[in-house]
Amino acid sequence: MASGEQLSAIKDAKVLMVGAGGIGCELLKTLALSGFQDIHIIDMDTIEVSNLNRQFLFRQSHVGQSKAKVAREAVLRFRPQISITPYHANVKDPDFNVDFFKQFNVILNGLDNLDARRHVNRLCLAAGVPLVESGTTGFLGQVTVHIKGQTECYECQPKPAPKTYPVCTITSTPSKFVHCIVWAKDLLFAKLFGDKNQDNDLNVRSNDTASSSDNSEDVFECKKDEDMEQYANRIYNHVFGHNIESALSNEETWKNRNKPRPIYVKDVLTDEPLQQQNGNLETDNNVSTLSAMSYLGLKNPQDIWSLKENSRVFFAALKLFFSKRHKEIGNLSFDKDDHMAVEFVTAAANIRAASFGIPLHSLFEAKGIAGNIVHAVATTNAIIAGLIVIEAIKVLQNDAKNCRMTYCLEHPARKMLLMPVEPFEPNKSCYVCSETPLLLEVNTKRAKLRDVVEKVVTSKLGMNLPLISHGLNLLYEVGDDLEEDMVANYESNLEKVLSELPYAITGGTVITVEDLQQELVCSINIKHREEFDEEKEPDGMVLHGWTQAPAVEKKDAAATNGASTSTTSNSVPNNLEDDDDLTILESGIETISSGKKRKLSDVSNPEEKRAKKVPEQIDDDGDVVVML
Amino acid sequence: MNGEELTEQETALYDRQIRVWGVDAQRRLSKSHIFVSGLKGTAVEFCKNIVLAGVGSLTLNDDNPVTAEALAANFLIPFDENMGGGGSLAELCCDSLKDFNPMVHVSVEKGDLSSFDVDFFEKFDVVVINCCSLASKKSVNEKCRKLSKRVAFYSVDCRDSCGEIFVDLQKYCYAKKKIDETVECQLQYPSFEEAIAIPWRSLPKRMSKLYFAMRVVERFEDVEKRKPGETSIADMANVLKLRNELCLAHSLNESQIPDSLLERLVVSTKEFPPVSAVLGGILGQEVIKAISGKGDPLKNFFFFDAVDGKGVIEDISTSTP
Repeated sequence: MASGEQLSAIKDAKVLMVGAGGIGCELLKTLALSGFQDIHIIDMDTIEVSNLNRQFLFRQSHVGQSKAKVAREAVLRFRPQISITPYHANVKDPDFNVDFFKQFNVILNGLDNLDARRHVNRLCLAAGVPLVESGTTGFLGQVTVHIKGQTECYECQPKPAPKTYPVCTITSTPSKFVHCIVWAKDLLFAKLFGDKNQDNDLNVRSNDTASSSDNSEDVFECKKDEDMEQYANRIYNHVFGHNIESALSNEETWKNRNKPRPIYVKDVLTDEPLQQQNGNLETDNNVSTLSAMSYLGLKNPQDIWSLKENSRVFFAALKLFFSKRHKEIGNLSFDKDDHMAVEFVTAAANIRAASFGIPLHSLFEAKGIAGNIVHAVATTNAIIAGLIVIEAIKVLQNDAKNCRMTYCLEHPARKMLLMPVEPFEPNKSCYVCSETPLLLEVNTKRAKLRDVVEKVVTSKLGMNLPLISHGLNLLYEVGDDLEEDMVANYESNLEKVLSELPYAITGGTVITVEDLQQELVCSINIKHREEFDEEKEPDGMVLHGWTQAPAVEKKDAAATNGASTSTTSNSVPNNLEDDDDLTILESGIETISSGKKRKLSDVSNPEEKRAKKVPEQIDDDGDVVVML
Repeated sequence: MNGEELTEQETALYDRQIRVWGVDAQRRLSKSHIFVSGLKGTAVEFCKNIVLAGVGSLTLNDDNPVTAEALAANFLIPFDENMGGGGSLAELCCDSLKDFNPMVHVSVEKGDLSSFDVDFFEKFDVVVINCCSLASKKSVNEKCRKLSKRVAFYSVDCRDSCGEIFVDLQKYCYAKKKIDETVECQLQYPSFEEAIAIPWRSLPKRMSKLYFAMRVVERFEDVEKRKPGETSIADMANVLKLRNELCLAHSLNESQIPDSLLERLVVSTKEFPPVSAVLGGILGQEVIKAISGKGDPLKNFFFFDAVDGKGVIEDISTSTP
């Protein structure tokens, strides 16, 4: 058991846990058993059925309730005498400011997304409170310790970026199933059921007049004289037949590729008239249980459907959307918990895959890819939570020199399943924990302030409430307490080209970007540049001094094309916060960085020391590759 | 459940873990039967993990009454000034575990571990014993080995911030995934008795010091007829004496079993909850691997010490170095 010193450090500590999900439930339990008396816990999520296999403080009857609050009640049942303060809220809320963070001796993260992690990292740096950070995916996990000035901060190492795909791969030349999923989800589903005003590259090549009867008309709109049957057939023939046909006409594309096969309704559903399927479409009116699968008698989500079955699911789901969920059309966005949306996307992706000779996948697999579902088991979370508490106790005893970052591995490396490594020193050129200025190359005569805010300040720098100034002059600010005329002024600035702002930003200008909540200030040197490569530099600007690790294959690929990239990525933070299951990367163990060598901790034997090298890089699947 | 396909309810509940180990593994888990004896903190952690994972049944054995100390280390038992109203540890843990996952059958088997005969263990696929004496580790392990079917045997101990897991899968075959092929692998495990009989000098260099230290303490408790964990600072002199004798007999340098490490194990015998969580997690993963036949199983000892933070696997199965 813990020594006397440890016990008093534990008893006197006031700790903040961020996240009451997979790691959080285990962590709260282990903290309570270890003797912690004053625990605060923030989580904005509510409980879902798919949490119950590992978030053991929750039961079926708690589905829909606040994770933080239910976790508190569950732990108080075996430890009624301790104090647990729950906050059912977003850690990015302004209430959780630097002063709030300062009241704690240590912050313990059990988060699932990069955005919140970066935010907490900055608040910890600003408040001078040590942070113990963690993540798991499948059997892999890691715990890291971040103490200002002594170890690297969470952002000292570049983080892997979500994999993005070139527009043409998605629209014209898919070669992997994930390309078909992205097409089905972000283009077709969005086109048919989502916001009509959003840019959508689904029909980039459909401006040929030959087959479209009325060029000004949107092919995806249901025509007045058309019934559901005809409409569904027309959509099917258009996207799987006509569009492929017209892509084939561009011979250049297929010189070194296998040609796709256009698929028409008549090729697939020959023997049975579609009308036969209209059976109980009319009987079930409960939106939450609507299912094309069960209507068609397909039961096992692990089965891989044939092209014919996929086509039938496609038609059934499309019709169900139009007949039973008509009101939602125009406002839908893909949600992995929307069963019919998953059915539709699975079917559409499979039909497209069949067309391109790509192997088909089951609904279960397609859901995982489309929903970017993280692999999670209880055991890894339990191990990681134990390691967090061990590190937290060292931090509380001011024993920073013995703090370790620990990897939980699936396969032993040098006989170790749990591998401790000495933490890194702070990265002197980290824009977050050092004061190194950034450099932004941008066309100051063309880019608007809005572009800089969206593509740099919020997405890359991860600022929540940014404030941008040029010298002493404010150009832009976000906040609740702004006067109306200021808001209008900032709004109009957003639409202005950089060089035409009231305080012009041109080559050589230094702007200051800060987030008052995060107490983070960055200087950005502006360098004017005329031209940018559309494929390689889709933002139309390049930020230096801010490094991003090479992209990792991300099953989701939120950003798929130039035009909608900014809108999609801006909506990502909200999505991520909703559910702790969303991201593969951010919860994972990717911070093992490439290029640098980590020292294995506590190597007593000098000959052993020489022989040792450390985990250095991760491969595309997020696995730790240990170089020995 | 007997059907070949998972129910809709199971698919929904186990969605995230099926993505890790697949439907076949989940199906095998749901048909497996686990026996756990000794419900200290580490075993409780393990029970939580495998009930969540969705095993078929879990049988608990621990007739000890609930004491303040047991309560302090156990998150399954609601706080109660009357110490659980006279129920045994197994009974109270059973109630909570049932609640964790209604699809797992959790029950209690009363009686002393030593009273169970060979036939008793035939009902199970996996036997886990926590905080048991040297004699019962040997005897339960032997009983499992006498059966014609393979019963996987695990023993787990946590003292202070140190822990040990022992695994005996007897003869174990599994499919090992290589880069683009699957190869059949076969492992041959020794029994606990065989493993600890291997002369120390023939073990690989840089063997975890914890292995030797645990053997010294285990032997000390055995010769002194103590229950596991019934040691104190007053025993240190005799423990050191035993250490020296064993080192002499095995031609091992005494520095391989430092005084400070022995002192930790002898003086503070209570489990350190974060270490229990780590051990319960590793053990849970190993049992899941053994049942599902997926992944390289641990062979055959695992050690964790919170002081250096290393979780080490040692293969102590052959006397040839």
